[in-house]
Amino acid sequence: MSAVLGCEPEWIRSVSGIEERRFGGEEDTVASMGANAARNCLSAAGVEPGDVGYLICSSGSAERRFPGPGFEISHALGCAEIPVLDLPLASAGALVALDLARDLVRRYQRVLVVASEKMSTIAMMEPVERGVSMLFGDGAGACLVSEEPGPLEMVDSLIAADGKFANDLQLPFGAPLGMNGRTVILQASRKVPRSIEDLLSRNHLKPSDVASFVMHQANLNLIAKVASALGVDSERFFANIARYGNTSSASLLIAASEWLQTSGIRKNEHAVFTVFGAGFQWGAMLLRGT
Amino acid sequence: MTDRQQKILSLINKVTKKSETPSPDESLFESGYLDSFALPDLVAELEEAFSIRIPDSDLNPRKFDSIERIESYLDQRG
Repeated sequence: MSAVLGCEPEWIRSVSGIEERRFGGEEDTVASMGANAARNCLSAAGVEPGDVGYLICSSGSAERRFPGPGFEISHALGCAEIPVLDLPLASAGALVALDLARDLVRRYQRVLVVASEKMSTIAMMEPVERGVSMLFGDGAGACLVSEEPGPLEMVDSLIAADGKFANDLQLPFGAPLGMNGRTVILQASRKVPRSIEDLLSRNHLKPSDVASFVMHQANLNLIAKVASALGVDSERFFANIARYGNTSSASLLIAASEWLQTSGIRKNEHAVFTVFGAGFQWGAMLLRGT
Repeated sequence: MTDRQQKILSLINKVTKKSETPSPDESLFESGYLDSFALPDLVAELEEAFSIRIPDSDLNPRKFDSIERIESYLDQRG
């Protein structure tokens, strides 16, 4: 990537924490990557696609206006004729989907949340802007929200948005991604810690009570800044952006999956998922180990 | 440089860990003196030093792009 963008790898590492990323091939689509992640998720959960009651798919990089990739994913998995909801939300999308799933699961028993992004197509669109293009990678993640016991219990969630900043992070039709990086960092640095503190406060918890934080993998420096604002060690924030780059809405679920497989969580320990993205939209979810 | 501008400069130097003296109208971003990740720290320092709460709606990086602009914003806040 540094050769393509005409910059040093060390510059990319220092401003973002990114050391490598994955780009899908021409045959890979948002739907095909999402279906692969969903299959892995259902297999790990021991749930058949036919037993899924609702599918939500988040993607800011879908190849067409409609129908969204969620429909192709549902078909590829072999789900029954269940409702599908596509969320074109980019970075914050996975947590917004989980927040919705938390309510929908009471009606539909098993809600499959998929977040899939082919950001390479967007990142390499001409004219390439080095400071934007160097951030992104392709990827997909999935999470099954079920009334049955799993490794994590959703305790509470908080989502907020402020459309005043709608033009500061946007992907117009037929044009490159536009990002006012300073505004994004400034607003995220304030809104994300406040969101987490508000969520914890109403659950009678403090940041120091939380064992692990999993944040949208936008930028390692931003993750460190949020940790600092909360007064917790950066080590408590799981980070895998070094290997995947910013995979937009997929990043939260990819990071959460790797966090569960590597660090994990003990019974009754708390974890917080948190995001910030276009809109601006941001939020946090409190979870507990079961 | 006024006393207030000197105070702003000291806060900028504190968060950037630099010791140069940019001119009051010099763009802190364009000159590379201030970066995106130091800006939130500068805002926090300004809030504490001037006993104000800067609302998110005022957090436009352009308002903090030079010592003069920061001073102008503080003047508006009274």
